[in-house]
Amino acid sequence: MDTVFHSLHDFMLHTESITYILIIAALIGITGFWLFLSDSDEK
Amino acid sequence: MPEESATSGKNIFTPFNIVAGIILAVGGVLTILRFTGGLAAVTNLSDYNPWGIWIGFDLLVGVALAAGGYVTSAAVYIFGMKKYHAAVRPAILTGFLGYALVVLALHYDVGRPWRLPYPFIIQQGTTSLLFEVGACVALYLTVLFIEFTPAPLEWLGFKRARNIVVKLTMLLTIFGVILSTLHQSSLGALFLIAPSKLHPLWYSSYIPVYFFISSIIAGLSMVIFEGTLSHRFFKGKMDEEHLAEKDTIALGFGKAASLVLAGYFIIKVIGVAADNNWHYLGTGYGAWFLLELLGFVALPCFLYAVGVRDKNVKLIRWTAALTVIGIVLNRFNVSMIAFNYHLPSSERYFPHWMEIGISVFIVTVGLVVFRFIVTRMPILYEHPDYKGVH
Repeated sequence: MDTVFHSLHDFMLHTESITYILIIAALIGITGFWLFLSDSDEK
Repeated sequence: MPEESATSGKNIFTPFNIVAGIILAVGGVLTILRFTGGLAAVTNLSDYNPWGIWIGFDLLVGVALAAGGYVTSAAVYIFGMKKYHAAVRPAILTGFLGYALVVLALHYDVGRPWRLPYPFIIQQGTTSLLFEVGACVALYLTVLFIEFTPAPLEWLGFKRARNIVVKLTMLLTIFGVILSTLHQSSLGALFLIAPSKLHPLWYSSYIPVYFFISSIIAGLSMVIFEGTLSHRFFKGKMDEEHLAEKDTIALGFGKAASLVLAGYFIIKVIGVAADNNWHYLGTGYGAWFLLELLGFVALPCFLYAVGVRDKNVKLIRWTAALTVIGIVLNRFNVSMIAFNYHLPSSERYFPHWMEIGISVFIVTVGLVVFRFIVTRMPILYEHPDYKGVH
């Protein structure tokens, strides 16, 4: 993660890109986790 | 801590009473030293480290762990989850005593405690987060006291006063949730002023959100943890409703805690990504951060989920204890361990044994008062005159 940033735009582009990917992964993950958590209720 | 000893007075020399008595006696001496010799006589506080264990533990941990009051009353009265009603009074009592002890601890920590009311009557300082925290804690302590009063009023037989207070329940609950949202987050926001002092892995512009979300986790876990201890030591004081609902409460609150922990884990990781702090994870502080995040957030999240799925109440109770330890660790990290991380070790803060002694003294005062109330007032059982009126 030793990326060199030459401007605030570079920094924001880099961090926001990773953050957005993480958010999408988290939304999918939390949906799966909810199904895992609620599994016993359905039974 | 057999409850018979607390009520009959026949055998006062129980292990709990002896240990509590010694702690209270030593705490009394330390209190005299603190208020005659000043902060320097009993603390290692300095200009570099003006906030020590009395803020890190007594205030930050105390307020977080007292969150069970607003979490439980909101679940039962606002969201209508009446099946958790048996948890309300113990949670309110824990919250009330928690906040009362926070204020007591502040009297030790503030250099001139007689000036504590100054923000309200002399100099408001309304742009200060500390003013907001002070105002919210003072108001919420009052709200918790009023929410708690039906129990002593039932105990004393003041039916009319009790009925008036009970009619205020919804109003007080809404007020309590608003005040808690404000000051739980503001306690985290206090650290926004010190971006160069708090290690980047713990410092984030989202720290108020972290403090608020983690307070919900602390509240849910403390209700389970406190319920476990109450069942262990005050089983004889519990009525059938409390005994029947204890597993329902553990399963319901465990499920909620698991989901909130999952959300908390996600926003903590997103915080690292948003500030591009990945490279710090390879350092010593990074290992410590990962221990907190994986060992005391991700692990309890998973264990709660497994406990709920398998209806394993024992696992949920142990996980609640692990989560409470995690909350303590988080507040210690933010206020002490990762704070002033850049200073040489000779300038770092480590609490004086007398500071730790006073913190232990304050917790013991809380335990003794909790036991006094629970063994006398209708906290773990419904008063016979008001059975089924909820």
